[in-house]
Amino acid sequence: MTSKTVLHAKHLESNAKMVNFYGWEMPINYGSQIEEHHAVRKNAGMFDVSHMTIVDVQGADAKSFLRRLVINDVAKLTVPGKALYTGMLNHDGGVIDDLIIYFFTDTNYRLVVNSATREKDLAWLAEQSKGLDLTISERPEYGMIAVQGPEAKAKVATLLTEAQQASVEGMKPFFGVQVGDLFIATTGYTGEDGYEIILPEDAAADFWQKLLETGVAPCGLGARDTLRLEAGMNLYGLDMDESVSPLAANMAWTIAWEPEDRNFIGREALTGQKAAGDQPKLVGLVLEEKGVLRSGLKVITSEGEGIITSGTFSPTLGHSVAMARVPRSVKIGDTVEVEMRKKRVKVQVTKASFVRNGKKVF
Amino acid sequence: MSNIPSELKYATSHEWIRNEGDGTVTIGITEHAQGLLGDMVFVELPEVGDKVSTGDDIAVAESVKAASDIYAPVSGEVVGINEDLEDSPELVNSDSFGDGWMFKIKLDDAGELENLLDAEGYKNSIDED
Repeated sequence: MTSKTVLHAKHLESNAKMVNFYGWEMPINYGSQIEEHHAVRKNAGMFDVSHMTIVDVQGADAKSFLRRLVINDVAKLTVPGKALYTGMLNHDGGVIDDLIIYFFTDTNYRLVVNSATREKDLAWLAEQSKGLDLTISERPEYGMIAVQGPEAKAKVATLLTEAQQASVEGMKPFFGVQVGDLFIATTGYTGEDGYEIILPEDAAADFWQKLLETGVAPCGLGARDTLRLEAGMNLYGLDMDESVSPLAANMAWTIAWEPEDRNFIGREALTGQKAAGDQPKLVGLVLEEKGVLRSGLKVITSEGEGIITSGTFSPTLGHSVAMARVPRSVKIGDTVEVEMRKKRVKVQVTKASFVRNGKKVF
Repeated sequence: MSNIPSELKYATSHEWIRNEGDGTVTIGITEHAQGLLGDMVFVELPEVGDKVSTGDDIAVAESVKAASDIYAPVSGEVVGINEDLEDSPELVNSDSFGDGWMFKIKLDDAGELENLLDAEGYKNSIDED
């Protein structure tokens, strides 16, 4: 039995092709995922992300709990609405999930975690918070719409009241603010400007319809994947999982090593890995000839073998790009080989980021 | 439900075959197949002059989702390829039975056409998928 988001009927009205995404019936595209991709890079597109799991953590121990739970330090968050991208690890240093944490006060935080990992995440949160003075509340009564693209903010602005507009005007990246019924955040998964908007379920379909009428293109999971890959953003389950260290998944920047006495879960394992310097790393690969790099393909380098964690055709660049986990001694700019379909092709190693704000960045 | 023109022949591997009546056939993939594959990004075609046998994988349709082999539904010689697909692979999506054709084969044995499915047979084969 699959779950449906509150926008399910809207997807069908727009002729979406629906697929089962970890138990959720979600749109993969509304005709052409490449056109949807271009809509986000050049204009504005929207994604139903209501399947994502919103969890509020509130109480006297909320801050100390989160400082132990995740690898970044929520103590860095002091301005209400500020958000943090980070990961939560198991005791061996493997990534249980990546997530965004919004700070409201030291006793009030909001987490957004992946839907595919919902059950294990909630179980982990419950286990790690035993005996603490806090509540953990899932918020399934909310829908969530990501509106992304160079015109996204202007189009959303046409649907806001003057007071709401004043609250979001000039909001810096990675902030969120509650304005009336809407929680509007300057976050996203595309490498473009835009918002992620959390709103009550009974308001979601109407808001979606109004966005449609302002010319925002509905976009499915297919375009979401090519956009995030071009932007070099990890997808949990492909680019990292519980067997992978954040050091091997381009997530080192989300680890706060200071202060040294903050004993976050997985710290001991990570400290050992860092000292050993033996973790592989996640890089970008670019194939300029015909063909598409795909997840699972073997990468052959002079430093040893690696593997493509996710790959796709980049609609913006017109050729294939991928993220790959390779030995640490492989360098940006190296030429390496990928084994695909009966042949070996030469690919260039880049940083794992290909397109930002519509432009090539490598 | 996708369109399955009744004047064409079909293979269970989702190729359509149009008999041109001059000993050649034109071949592409069906609307149903392009729908399964999604947006096409590259099409690799055989070369004119290639000798092919029924069941050989002679072309590749690569979409955002997957690379899929295209099989020769009949034996013969490749006498034409759709060069427009080099720059516009999306024709396979937008007009799979027309401008999205892939290659032409001069038949070794016109009798081979009898082994192919008609529209109803193809419809039944995809209903079973």
